[in-house]
Amino acid sequence: MQENNKVPEFNKETLDLIAQLIKRYPEGRQKSALLPVLHIAQAENQGWLSPGMMDYVASLLQIEPIEVYEVASFYSIYNLKPVGNCVIEVCQTGPCWLKGAENIVAHFGSRLGIKPGETTADGKFTLKTVECLAACGTAPVIQVGTEYHENLTTEKVDQLLDQWKAENKISHKNPYL
Amino acid sequence: MATKILLNNIEVPGLANFQVYRELGGYAAVEKAIKTLTPDELTDEVKKSGIRGRGGAGFPTGMKWGFIDKQSEKPRYLVCNYDESEPGTFKDRHLGQFNPHLLIEGMILGSYALGVKDAYIYIRGELFYVMKIIDKAIQEAYANGFLGDNILGTGYSLNLYCHPGGGAYICGEETALLESLEGKRGNPRIKPPFPAIVGLYGCPTVVNNVETIAALPWIVNNGSEAYAAIGVGNSKGTKLISACGHINKPGIYEIELGLPVEEFIYSDEYCGGIRNGNKLKAVVAGGSSVPILPAELILKTAAGEPRLMSYESLADGGFKTGTMLGSGGFIVMDHTTCIVKNLLTFARFYRHESCGQCSPCREGTSWMEKILMRIEGGQGTMKDIDLLVNIAKHVEGNTICPLGDAASWPVASAILHFREEFEEHVKLQKCPF
Repeated sequence: MQENNKVPEFNKETLDLIAQLIKRYPEGRQKSALLPVLHIAQAENQGWLSPGMMDYVASLLQIEPIEVYEVASFYSIYNLKPVGNCVIEVCQTGPCWLKGAENIVAHFGSRLGIKPGETTADGKFTLKTVECLAACGTAPVIQVGTEYHENLTTEKVDQLLDQWKAENKISHKNPYL
Repeated sequence: MATKILLNNIEVPGLANFQVYRELGGYAAVEKAIKTLTPDELTDEVKKSGIRGRGGAGFPTGMKWGFIDKQSEKPRYLVCNYDESEPGTFKDRHLGQFNPHLLIEGMILGSYALGVKDAYIYIRGELFYVMKIIDKAIQEAYANGFLGDNILGTGYSLNLYCHPGGGAYICGEETALLESLEGKRGNPRIKPPFPAIVGLYGCPTVVNNVETIAALPWIVNNGSEAYAAIGVGNSKGTKLISACGHINKPGIYEIELGLPVEEFIYSDEYCGGIRNGNKLKAVVAGGSSVPILPAELILKTAAGEPRLMSYESLADGGFKTGTMLGSGGFIVMDHTTCIVKNLLTFARFYRHESCGQCSPCREGTSWMEKILMRIEGGQGTMKDIDLLVNIAKHVEGNTICPLGDAASWPVASAILHFREEFEEHVKLQKCPF
């Protein structure tokens, strides 16, 4: 967990990447890079955006902190509270529900001993339900970091969980790298 | 076999690589257009092709391009709407993942026609892995002289960039998308002014869906007449249909517009019929936002004509007995499906995705979800059913963007066609399924 009083700082590689991203927009429009930079910032901050991290992003983009907060709180990908190492997002919208998404949520829940929205006591897994992931033809579907896992069954869930536990899965990695 | 315009070669291994795409005739349309057509001639070709926006609204693409403010001295922008988020829709993900150069080629064509020097592909943040595939393809296109300065020595220059969203269905609405691209919350803008006049950074902008853009190379290579010769009525060309739910073969199918719905559902070439030999109960034909139709009305119109996969035929009968082609997200439900529960998942979706800007949508989506939870949970009353209809009526048409309509139509149409099922929930005080 990040110490709240510590000012975050990205390494040179990340700062170079952000400088490249800012160049994609016209001069003076560096705020356009906010959503891409927040993806990076979240990954660099154990999967969530702390107030300190958001302030740091504001300083990098030369915008007011409030401009970062109002955006970070609008979009569902950004977590404003700490999450586990591996965030499991289960789609629950109609097409996935038709193909048994509720069983998948329940199975993750019983295997991990948590409800959607919760993190395991050891901090390893967070379970979330999310809305349509645009993979309805291979429902039920989950997302973990940038990975999609499709056509899920309870057996596949067991396999994935065993694998993730064995490898100490971390879902938040800089998605650009 | 239907003409393949969008899915042509999609199964060729390595198609995402420039060389493979190029060897299969890729980028020939860019060469042809930039060297032999003026931007206005290219726009005319798109107009004559009759192609309509494939994101859902079905607005004629050439006409949309025609609205761009050419008097303005500001830069112009082309933005590809890759925020595919409409439940039941998963066609664009497939296209960009396996054939990114087709999208890039289309973006070059559109940009050339519109006089654009900087273009963006706005892709939903969940599809980051697809964005990386497209990003890599863009680098290849630069390296081979199809992007960047002085493309093919013609003096035309174009930069193309990908931009990830943050997870918000509303950003599929074009003005919300532009707000988001500017680094803001995805709150839709009041129109007019339309983006063609005041779009990205206040500049003239066209926003087109992935599938629309991806059809442009074929139109240039084969001509607008060949494109317009496919289809029926004002539904020209081919359309990607992403089929899901209780069918034997879920997947992405390219159909010639005008294909009978019955053939699409039951033919082995497409959905392959209903799973386990079950009975077809209902279809949501164009993504979760369009009215649901019971089996008899999706297969035949109220007048008894075979229903076709086209803008006109699916809309035949209006709200009462028709629906819409929408995004082509085709959700099939068999007789084991609880219509109320399915609707509840949609209501939850719209409540979650409402941007909160307009009161009727912000409050109404939440009320509709709560009442549906009550009915599904066995605590509903008969009055609740009429209350739902009433709320839907007051949300529809009273919001800045169409999300209010999109949230209302599924509710109103489900009660219109399946009222007895809602009543059964109330009578039994539980879900009968």
